[in-house]
Amino acid sequence: MSWDWNYLWQVLPSVLEGLLVTFEATVLGALVAYVLGLIFAILRRSGIWVISRLVWLIVEFVRSTPLLVQLFFLFFVLPQFGVTLSPLTAGVLGLGLHYATYTSEVYRAGIEAVPKGQWEACVALSLPRTRTWLRVILPQAIPRVLPALGNYTISMFKETPLLLAIGVLDLAGAAFEVGSLNFRYVEPLTLAGVLFLVLSYPASLLVRFLERRFGLAK
Amino acid sequence: MFDNFGLFVSTIADGLLLTVEATIGGIVLATALSFLAGLAMLSRFTAVRVITRVYVEIWRGTSEVVQLFWIYFALPVLTGFQILPLWAGIFVLGLNFGAYGAEIVRGAVQSVPREQREGCVALNFSPAQRMRRVILPQAFVDMVPPFNNLFIQLLKGTALLTFITVPEMTYQASQVLVTRYTGQAALIWTTVLVFYLVLSVLITTGMKVLERRAAARVGRTPVRRTAALGGASGHSGVA
Repeated sequence: MSWDWNYLWQVLPSVLEGLLVTFEATVLGALVAYVLGLIFAILRRSGIWVISRLVWLIVEFVRSTPLLVQLFFLFFVLPQFGVTLSPLTAGVLGLGLHYATYTSEVYRAGIEAVPKGQWEACVALSLPRTRTWLRVILPQAIPRVLPALGNYTISMFKETPLLLAIGVLDLAGAAFEVGSLNFRYVEPLTLAGVLFLVLSYPASLLVRFLERRFGLAK
Repeated sequence: MFDNFGLFVSTIADGLLLTVEATIGGIVLATALSFLAGLAMLSRFTAVRVITRVYVEIWRGTSEVVQLFWIYFALPVLTGFQILPLWAGIFVLGLNFGAYGAEIVRGAVQSVPREQREGCVALNFSPAQRMRRVILPQAFVDMVPPFNNLFIQLLKGTALLTFITVPEMTYQASQVLVTRYTGQAALIWTTVLVFYLVLSVLITTGMKVLERRAAARVGRTPVRRTAALGGASGHSGVA
């Protein structure tokens, strides 16, 4: 069977609709990952043994198990405890939680790269803890980790197709759906692949450039 | 609640073999491709470098799920040749993670100090001897921790084979168990998660032994790693 351009134009609108869902899931999931990851990183440095151990355990557990299974868990198990999430919400939370375990390591590296003297100066000036974090440490740590966060955002973008397992039709899901309606997968799936590539490749070039300019010195 | 626990464990364990097969198959293919493509990216010949770059960027730039669907649903239509689901899975995992691994190999080889190369030239080693006897043994030590991350990512990636009906652990849980014991989904999925956790601890343990051996071989002691179960990075952090 050969390539059919007419069919490609015919499926293009539905595939692009999936792309919008992919963007939505990526942006919302990334926001969850940025915020939750920072909370994890700060809790791990809280100095309270129980809390930092517990957070470490959660992070290692989530990071060592498949996102797909975690999505099934969020979507099919939580309703039994009275929490019913829409597919997209469950997907965003799952993606966000999974990637928060990665971003927490990124933040940790950024925080550790802040010179010790900065902490000591805060103690010497007897700045309160919140002020130390918000006005001294984080403003120095976060700009340096932005490229690494960008990298994970691109990864999340490429992992949104997993949401298809809980019924969210993202870019890949929409391509698969329209392909199975017409019993012809070649064009929509190739289109989805090309779209992923043309969007993520320039983004990763940009991140690499930022990394060289502003990233943590290695 | 734990009445059917034995049944759950045995049903999931039925899928364990396939998960392990896919993981090992994927690791073997990915490692081979990593070294092949990683060294090819350092080739003297522009054509070789460009071709390898194209492979690496295409497989890193697209989504694993799309790659899997493409190989399993689209490729047979184009070629008239249907691949068995498990093999399609191993093939995609290998090619995908091989592309990420290639960057690890390239980076590690490039970070071996220049003096080592110059020493080889001074001692009149051939390029092959230089690579095999001097550069790779040292670069290898630095490759092990990022490869550990990569292999855990690959293990997690085997769950995707559910989409193409390979009856591995995730498939066993979602298609065989949860459909029948919907009320006990929490227990079923927790069991699955623990199975994956154990497998990734096994990978990390193995890689730590490997790292210690490789470091001892070049007269180094490995740097103590902070993360106990795995490393920090996901897909893109590997680059």
